[in-house]
Amino acid sequence: MHKLFTAFMLTALLALSGCGYNTFQSQDEQITASWAEVVNQYQRRSDLVPNLVNVVKGYATHEKEVLESVTASRAKVGGIQATPELVNDEQAFARFQAAQGELTSALSRLLVVAENYPQLKADANFRDLQAQLEGTENRITVARNRYIQAVKDYNVTVRSFPSNLTAMLFSYKTKPSFTVENEKAISTAPKVDFGK
Amino acid sequence: MAEVPVPPLEKRVTDLTGTLTGQQQEALESRLAAFEQQKGSQIAVLIVPTTQPEAIEQYSIRVAEQWKLGRKGVDDGVLLLVAKNDRKLRIEVGYGLEGALNDATSKRIIEEFIVPHFKQGDFPGGISAGVDRIVAVVNGEPLPAPSAQAGGGKIPHPTLLGLLWDNLLVAIFVFWIVGTVLRGFLGDFMGAAVNGGLVGLLVWFLSASLLITLGAAIVAFILTLLEVNAGSGGGSYSGGGGFSSSGGGFSGGGGSFGGGGASGSW
Repeated sequence: MHKLFTAFMLTALLALSGCGYNTFQSQDEQITASWAEVVNQYQRRSDLVPNLVNVVKGYATHEKEVLESVTASRAKVGGIQATPELVNDEQAFARFQAAQGELTSALSRLLVVAENYPQLKADANFRDLQAQLEGTENRITVARNRYIQAVKDYNVTVRSFPSNLTAMLFSYKTKPSFTVENEKAISTAPKVDFGK
Repeated sequence: MAEVPVPPLEKRVTDLTGTLTGQQQEALESRLAAFEQQKGSQIAVLIVPTTQPEAIEQYSIRVAEQWKLGRKGVDDGVLLLVAKNDRKLRIEVGYGLEGALNDATSKRIIEEFIVPHFKQGDFPGGISAGVDRIVAVVNGEPLPAPSAQAGGGKIPHPTLLGLLWDNLLVAIFVFWIVGTVLRGFLGDFMGAAVNGGLVGLLVWFLSASLLITLGAAIVAFILTLLEVNAGSGGGSYSGGGGFSSSGGGFSGGGGSFGGGGASGSW
């Protein structure tokens, strides 16, 4: 009798792992890890901004507006606490994404402006910073892609049978992922004006 | 347009454009092999006609993820990728070398050592100069000494297989009981067959791999059948699973990449 009970318990244990409980745990941990990497790389970018602004300031004195928008959006990004809990809060996630997107476009405007200053472009310090910024943007892209993949795996597990039963039991919900930031800009056709 | 497929990793130098002569490839190959022997880092060169429609960064990280250059845990792999018709190139740096071969250094290697050669159409010279600089930079970085056998470590079990592995003792115990009961009801052969089927079903459920499923089912079938004589002994059975592909050529050691490095054009 005792033996039968043990066997039953062991079968239940096996069934539990079969229902995807362990899968949820490892995939959730994967999301946490890839999210940490995303935040890490965004942080790295934020850390580059002051140096970059300083170098550009030295040469491009007339570009106050662009420089200010970079500084302002960096401050905004810094104001958002990128905690791991953020991934479970759709709205906070959207705010985080919007703020980072703003910094992305401010930085790219800065680099476009920099093209007009040959001396700035020749500055070794600026070139190094630019290479670092490019590298960091690429790392952000990679980290975001890996996060998207991790969330996709998790969400598929949440929705598919039989693990969706486990998800219901423990109230695991699908998690938010990154979307294209400038969705609007992409879907509206560019205006070409030959008038002037 | 379909994505450009990642070529299989067979050698350290993969030229899909016929830019390098056989002799030049071999020279590079042996230089990089010697460096791996001495330092442990894996450096590979890939020349493709184009990476379109993808950007070179996207293609490059796909290659890096598939090739897994560098030692596992040390992540000291470097990929020098040239997209000849796009006139673009990239140095993709593994996590472990991001300190020494950082973005700014990579960019300088590209702009100061490789691009001047490429601009004159001297591809072998540019690649050779680039590889020299990369080797020099990586050499300056303190890394763990290379292990006796070059060629990198083993790739670990995938997680689901690991899960199955963790529960192996439990599973064997449960199916030993189930098998005994089934044999009592259905006779030796049928009982063993049904038990094998059950094991197969469970394994399939967990691992989603038909090959492993089939193996496990057969093992279970045979073991249940053998229990007739074996009594309650049932020692430890190791269930197959060794897919070690020890090809003659070169293979990645399991290093990871995170998108570090730099790109350039000429």
